[in-house]
Amino acid sequence: MTLIERSPEGAVAIGPIDKLLNLARKHSLWYLLFGTACCAIELMQTGGPRADADRFGMMFRSSPRQADVLILAGTITYKMASRIRLLYEQMAEPRYVIAMGSCACTGGLFQKSYAVVNGGDLFLPVDVYIPGCPPRPEALLEGLLVVQQKVAAEPWLKKIQGKVPAKPDPALPREC
Amino acid sequence: MSEILQSSGERQELVLNMGPHHPSTHGVLRFVVHTDGEIMRRAVPDIGYLHRGLEKLAEGCSWAGYMPFTDRVNYLEAMFTNLAYARAVEKLLALEIPPRAQYLRVMACELNRIASHCITLGCIAMDLGAFTPFVYLLRERETINDLIEELCGNRITHNYMRIGGVAFDVDESWLKKVSAFLYHFEPVIAEFESLIVANEILAKRMAGVGVICAADAVAWGLVGPNLRASGVDFDLRRDQPYAAYDGLQFSVPVGRDGWVHPDSVVGDCYQRFLVRVEEMRQACKILRQCIAALPSGEIMAKVPKALRPPRGEAYAAVEGARGEIGCYVVSDGGPQPYRVKWRSSSFSSMSIIEHISRGLMIADLVAVIATLDVIAPETDR
Amino acid sequence: MEASEIKKRLEELLSSELVWKIGEKQTGDGWVEIPLEKWTEACRLARDDEKLLFEFLRALSGVDRPGENNIELVAHLFSYRHRHAVVLKTKVSRENPVAASVCSVWPAAEWYEREIFDLLGVNFREHPDLRRILLPEDWPGHPLRKDYQQPASYRGIPTSRPAPEGSAS
Repeated sequence: MTLIERSPEGAVAIGPIDKLLNLARKHSLWYLLFGTACCAIELMQTGGPRADADRFGMMFRSSPRQADVLILAGTITYKMASRIRLLYEQMAEPRYVIAMGSCACTGGLFQKSYAVVNGGDLFLPVDVYIPGCPPRPEALLEGLLVVQQKVAAEPWLKKIQGKVPAKPDPALPREC
Repeated sequence: MSEILQSSGERQELVLNMGPHHPSTHGVLRFVVHTDGEIMRRAVPDIGYLHRGLEKLAEGCSWAGYMPFTDRVNYLEAMFTNLAYARAVEKLLALEIPPRAQYLRVMACELNRIASHCITLGCIAMDLGAFTPFVYLLRERETINDLIEELCGNRITHNYMRIGGVAFDVDESWLKKVSAFLYHFEPVIAEFESLIVANEILAKRMAGVGVICAADAVAWGLVGPNLRASGVDFDLRRDQPYAAYDGLQFSVPVGRDGWVHPDSVVGDCYQRFLVRVEEMRQACKILRQCIAALPSGEIMAKVPKALRPPRGEAYAAVEGARGEIGCYVVSDGGPQPYRVKWRSSSFSSMSIIEHISRGLMIADLVAVIATLDVIAPETDR
Repeated sequence: MEASEIKKRLEELLSSELVWKIGEKQTGDGWVEIPLEKWTEACRLARDDEKLLFEFLRALSGVDRPGENNIELVAHLFSYRHRHAVVLKTKVSRENPVAASVCSVWPAAEWYEREIFDLLGVNFREHPDLRRILLPEDWPGHPLRKDYQQPASYRGIPTSRPAPEGSAS
């Protein structure tokens, strides 16, 4: 519920703090420059000239401390899983995880392989699943827009006051 | 005060971890770098972060059903890996491939070579600090992706080759689009050269760095542009021709002292960079010849639906964008491969890095990794 | 040089009889079988002899043959100067898979042998740094063996994914 009143000095928007905060947050989602396999190339193309993610305010950051979104782009192996978990834990809240591509969603065509984790959600809490092998840049953009919708709908103040339960996180023994 | 400023005289080695998440490692590669200040004593590579067991997966697929997996062995040169596997199985089956299919294979491969070099050259420039050439080449790559999507349905991981030929045919409109792209792209190579190739900073960072002599390159198993930049004049397309390469006119760039920049020597990073720029140009030349010479006819040989190659083994290699991609298949007469082994260029390139990184600076390691064109999927399979 | 000439030359150099085989229908590549105790020597002679000059080790692979109770080591060699190729094979027993390393002949073999050790469990004597390369250090077993079984979980991550509700499986 946002009222916009226009006066000679300018416009005034009145609404819940959540809505205004989320408006700012959703237009500035920075994703971690992380990709393992083929989907990483499509991630690069999404940040490239044609399907430009930058126009939505999405920049790539190399450091997890500066990133909001972790895009699991590519196949996840057991050797890599503990490192991805480290990256996720280094990200400051609020953080979101997108499983991009079949491999990150469920293991993809490598499900029968001995070295591939069958999906990112076995060790990370995933917010958005984007199927495809690899998903087109437009599909990845749509997934990022779904994250934007999630962000817009978050009861932010209640969250930081602890009144809303945190999202379930599969426990993983830290043996890195 | 002077006691604090006096050093104890001993030097300590600092062990740094680079990767597997790092903006400059191409994919998930890790180096444990032992440094003495800025100079490296050793850079020990650690691979396997993308080991997906592609070789074992072959033993559970049918012969023809393994083709989509071959894309993922090297997703930037999926046409080449498709072709290497198809050729290995065709060797076992002793198949004759129709001429139209051979030309289509060459066209698909050369388009893929340009697309792969776009990423490689862009990443070399980006890792050394120049971001703009990367996005210029990504824009060109989008056009190639469109062409390939029209050809086979997918932008990367194409699954275009089949055992016995290719999957889809082309028509005049596609050939016109490829011609239009070549007309647009050849000046872009010149633009790229004027943007970055002769740039003094780039040249100074790469000339004379990471020199690999020809004997080392051969002994450590380097192939492709890395080998040619070290002075060994060998190209599978010209010297052991396959598909329709026999009869096509193209030149093979080889490293030479003083190329573009006077400080550049044979086998350094700069030559590896220049060889790839020239290869893009030669790929355009090959494509033009193929468009003119494309014969009519079938695109698939007569192949039984359920493939059972006779007991035996075969090794087939193609000259990919990164060098020789080889596929060694072993058949026991059954409907599934008994063993598939991939010979990739990045595996050997990665193994030489420890050998050449002694005495380099940490920033030079970035140049070495980028110009050797090491990528994770090929290294780990 | 043709394959038969290469085999003859190797026989001369090693002063012993060698077997040359090819696939069932004479398609694909033929190979020369080297006895295990002469493996490194044969490789060194193949690289150094003037007529052979196989200075490029294209690939070194391992093939598990539980039916014959051995693991084959297959070396694909190529010569840039003579432009000829050969395939050399040797067999190690499955119960006690130990072979001599060829790292002293081709430095490229270092990583190939580490990979064969990792995935097939073959030990290489005189290898400078024999440890796992592709799989984590604490991975159980050697996956490329035909009788490999996947453990149920690795460090807390399950290795299979439950099927979605309502699906048939």
